[in-house]
Formats: sequence, structure tokens, C-alpha cells
Amino acid sequence: MSVEVWTWIMVGATFALYFGISIWARAGSTKEFYIAGGGVSPLANGMATAADWMSAASFISMAGLISFMGYDGSVFLMGWTGGYVLLALLLAPYLRKFGKFTVPDFIGDRYYSNTARTVAVICALIVSFTYVAGQMRGVGIVFSQFLQVDVSIGVIIGMSVVLVFAFLGGMKGITYTQVAQYCVLIFAFMVPAIFISWQMTGNPIPQLGMGGEVSDGTYLLDKLDTLHTELGFKEYTSGSKSTWDVFAITMALMAGTAGLPHVIVRFFTVEKVKDARKSAGLALLLIAILYTAAPAVSVFARTNLIETVSETSYEEIPPWFKNWENTGLIAWSDKNGDGKIQYVAGNALDGKKPIFEYEANGESKRGVFQERIISNPNPEEVNELYVDRDIMVLANPEIANLPNWVIALVAAGGLAAALSTAAGLLLVISTSISHDLIKKQIKPDISDKGELLAARVAIVFAIIVAGLFGIYPPGFVAAVVALAFGLGAASFFPAIVLGIFDKRMNKEGAIAGMVVGISIMLFYMIRYKTGLVGVMEPLPQSDWWFGTSPEGFGTIAMIINIVVSVVVSRLTPAPPQDVQEIVESIRIPSGAGEAQSH
Amino acid sequence: MDDKKQQHAKAYWKENLRYLIILLAVWFSVSFLAGIIFKDALDSIRLGGFKLGFWFAQQGSIYVFVILIFVYVRLMNGLDKKYGFDD
Repeated sequence: MSVEVWTWIMVGATFALYFGISIWARAGSTKEFYIAGGGVSPLANGMATAADWMSAASFISMAGLISFMGYDGSVFLMGWTGGYVLLALLLAPYLRKFGKFTVPDFIGDRYYSNTARTVAVICALIVSFTYVAGQMRGVGIVFSQFLQVDVSIGVIIGMSVVLVFAFLGGMKGITYTQVAQYCVLIFAFMVPAIFISWQMTGNPIPQLGMGGEVSDGTYLLDKLDTLHTELGFKEYTSGSKSTWDVFAITMALMAGTAGLPHVIVRFFTVEKVKDARKSAGLALLLIAILYTAAPAVSVFARTNLIETVSETSYEEIPPWFKNWENTGLIAWSDKNGDGKIQYVAGNALDGKKPIFEYEANGESKRGVFQERIISNPNPEEVNELYVDRDIMVLANPEIANLPNWVIALVAAGGLAAALSTAAGLLLVISTSISHDLIKKQIKPDISDKGELLAARVAIVFAIIVAGLFGIYPPGFVAAVVALAFGLGAASFFPAIVLGIFDKRMNKEGAIAGMVVGISIMLFYMIRYKTGLVGVMEPLPQSDWWFGTSPEGFGTIAMIINIVVSVVVSRLTPAPPQDVQEIVESIRIPSGAGEAQSH
Repeated sequence: MDDKKQQHAKAYWKENLRYLIILLAVWFSVSFLAGIIFKDALDSIRLGGFKLGFWFAQQGSIYVFVILIFVYVRLMNGLDKKYGFDD
């Protein structure tokens, strides 16, 4: 059977499964809608958290990014797993004991202030919307690459699926579909990884294969380092970022992970404080399976790519190369006219993306070897090949000649990863609106039924906005998704940790810290990364403060937040007695009771 | 809270903080020290096909993180029992 038929079967079967689960797990009350009734087992919650966490970016893009970044890619691996240690040790048990529905709830109550609550709601909305737009885009890409469906239609199909299980089941529906999605995505990631590891190193465990030997008896990593050096790239196992920048980015990603509202909220769904701790451990264990296999996949893919394309004549190149060239994610221009692909260090293009030329009838213009012609090759560089980083995971099974059903499985896995994360984020958005804004601020006397209706309306609204972002992606989305972590680290993380560990922290300190932290982060981001349309272009790397990249600046913004919070709180009155009692009570685990809406 | 319970809560919190400091020191060492700051020095040591610093950055630190959380779960379950806060 062809890849396309297999893909329809896999995608159809998994979607049917998600539908079935969402009908079975309908929500009848706000408590079921927001926190799945509060009785989810630690294992189910761990799986759901893992699926929630591993987004289209983790599944589709991360291994590809690492394969181009080498050692520098470690920032994602350590950052996105080390954050769970902070989450488990510093946040999850205490927030569970506190026992409310949302993160702004905690901030609002702990800092006895609606201003603090509103600041938290705004931060949660900014972080969640930027994130969810990326997921919808991921859904669109999978549909268009594998099923030859237009990206917009792919996004609409994805939106409808999420709508059904999020609208009907709320957190309850989402939790149980995420359990299924975890299974699909981890299976889909590991099967090709195992196949390729076995092919290249004779060891079926990718984590070990990465350090294994290839057929000529040299270690795989040494071989890749040699290949890199020969072609003029930096050694794979050394990086090109400064040690400080790697440190700063890793720290920002860790603190940002621990401050993401859609991850924190998962720990409200278990029964006891004890379960919250255990659940964080299980979640990280389940995540670590993918995160330790991904760098191995990067090494396999990188080696395979170089060996397949370097100095190969275009006429003998395998079909996958031409397929991806047709989708515009690979581009080649024969600068020296030898008909062979020169793949060495340096940007092959003038600009970031290839610009393809078209005939008057809309067909692509083809060159001497039937390759697609691009109008922006960079004549200064010897390198002739452009490869989009996103294709490494998707194309990997094809590059390694794996059977069609494996390729189809990867498509289903990519969709599972994108949909599960999107659903979790959409729920945070809808809860922020129906609970933190309507119930807590605008109309406190709303009935449970009314609030449930508001939550459902909010989720429909959020899905439509997210879908529009997916179809018409604003240019800043890609840049901002990476920075969402910096924003989380600069705002939420210090406010929550100080709220638990510093009894003297008061509302003046926390609000000042959050406002200063997020403002300075936004300022740095705009100044050095995104620019401001029509006003200024981003400033160059040489102007960075202490050589810190915008991605790593979250670490500095976080430190500033903490310093401001502590200083301001010591200069203003101590928090009231009842708030100090709340802090004492969340520090001991007994009597957690059920999460309450009041 | 009565006096005895309050004293228990204080002692519980103190021990908890001590655990946190130790565990976070390990967390910091495997990632920021072994995987980043001392990465180049550790790279001269080999672990099979891996250079050690690189291994910590892309594999080892993650394994240690998982173990850390489970150690924490065990320690805290014990602490809950010791002070009667398990229910």
C-alpha cells in the first residue's frame, strides 16, 4: 500500500479513537471541566502531562534543530526536562495543596489582589496564544506534507477535532484523550528511531546506538565530527554558542517550563499532594523516553543526510530528496556546474528561505537536471544545498528507507503531539476567561451551569482565533514561541516560588516584580529579536547585554524580578495574617481535600 | 493549629528545605556544571563512543533528573509519615 493510503488509515483510526474517548468522558460540572473532577490517577495524569508538554515542536522540530545545532541543541534537552525538577520540587505539591483551579487563582489569593490576578491572566493569555498558534501550524504542515491537503484545510480539520473533545469533555475529555495521544506519539517516535539505530549501529536502543560503532568500526559520533570538520562545519559535539549563553538559555527554558500555566494546571487534577509529586516524576520519566531518543535521532539523521547527499550527482539522488524539493523544503542550485551536490558550511542562499521561480502556467521552472530553479542562490558561498530543519524527523524514515507504514505512523504521531498540546492550551485560555475574568471579577454570582456555558463559549472563541493564527501565521509567531519561555521565567515563576517560600512576600513586591520582569523581557525581545514593524529593525548580536541572546535573557529578567520583588516587599507592609496562614497551610501536605472553586 | 502540630509543621518545613537544597545541588551539578561549565574539561574523558561532557548535556543529565524526582518522592513520603502529615 502507498504511504498516502497508510497515512489516511493511521490518521483516521487515531481520530476515531479520540472521538470515542471524548464522548465517553463528557463533563457535567465546572469541576469536571476545569480539573477533570480532581480524581485522575497519577499514571494517567503523568501520561496526559507528557502529551500536553510534548508539542509539535518537540515531536517534529526538536530533533531536526539539534541535528543542525549539534552540542548547542543541548539547551532544549536539558532545559525542557530540567524544568520538571523545579516543577516537582518547588511548585507542584504546594499548588496542589492550595487547591484552586488556575494559576491566576493562586496569584490572586496569595497576593490578595485583583490587580495581581489580572496581571497573571494577561501573562497566561500571552503565553498560551503564542504557543497554540504554533501547534495549529504544525497540524497544517502534517496534513499538507502527507495527505496533499491544503494547509488551511488541514488547520480546519485539526480545529474541528480539538473542538469536539475540548468542548464536550473539558479537562476530563482532554486528559483521557491525551493519555491515548501519548501512546500514539511515543510509539510513532520510537519505532523509526529503533529501526534506524539498528540499521546504523546494530544496537536497537537509540540512546545506546548514539554512542555505538558504525560498520567501519569507528564510533558514530567521531565519524560525524570528522565529516563535519571535512566539510567545514563546526565539530558536532562542540558548539558555537558561548558557554554563558548556553547557560542562560538552559536556565530560562527550565524556569519557563516550570512557569507554563498549561503544565502547572495538570497538577490540580490529582487527588492528593503525594500524587502530585509522583505524577511529576512519572511525567518526566515518560517525557525522557522521547527526549533521550531525540538527540540520537539527530545524530543518525545528520550522518545519513551528509552521507547521502554530499558529492552525489543530482541525477542519482533518492526520490525523497526530490519530493521534499517539490514541497519547497529542500533547494539546490548547481553553482559550479558539475551536476553534483556540494554540501559544506555556509549559507547557500541569499536570505533565509529559498525563492522558487515559476513558469507562466504556474509550473515550477526546472534547470538542466530537472531541479527547481531558485532566484536567490548566494554566489559568495560554495555550499549549494538548503535543507529546512523541520523536515529531519518527518523525512528521516524515508531517508533510511523504512516501510511505508512507519512513515504514516510518524504523521499520526505528529498530529497527536500537536493536538494534545493545543487542547491543553485552549483549556487554559478558556478557563482564564470564564473563571479568572467572568467568575472572579465581572460576575461573581454566576451559577455553575452559567460558568460551564461561558467556558464552552470561550473555548470555541479561542479555537477560532488559534485557527486563524495557524492559517495566516503572523511573522513573529515563530520567534515568539521560543521566547514564551523567557516570558514565563520573567513573570510567573518567581511570583509563584516566592509566594510559597517567602512568607514575607506581599502584593506590592510580587506585582512590581512581575511587571518589571515581563516588561524588561519584552523590551529586550523587541530590541534584539523581533524589532518593531515600521519603527525599528532588531539590533545586531554585537549589542547584546553581556553577550546574552534574547532566548537566554529570561534568566536575567528572572533575576531582576526576584531582586525587585524582595526589595519592594521589605519596604512595604507585611501581608495580612490570614494570607500568612495560607502560606503555612500549603507548606504541609495533609488535608489537601478537593480543589475548590471558592 | 495547636502547638504540637505547629511545631511539627516547622520541623517538617526545615527538613524539607534541607532535602531541596541537596537535591537542587545535584540538579545544578549534572546540567550546569557537568554539561555546560566543565563540559570541555570532561570531554577529554570518554564513555564508550561519547565524550563525557557531551554525554551529560544530551543524555546523562536527563537520566539524573528522572531519578532525582523519584528520590524526592520517596524522601517526602517518609517525611510525611514521620510528622503525621500523610492522609
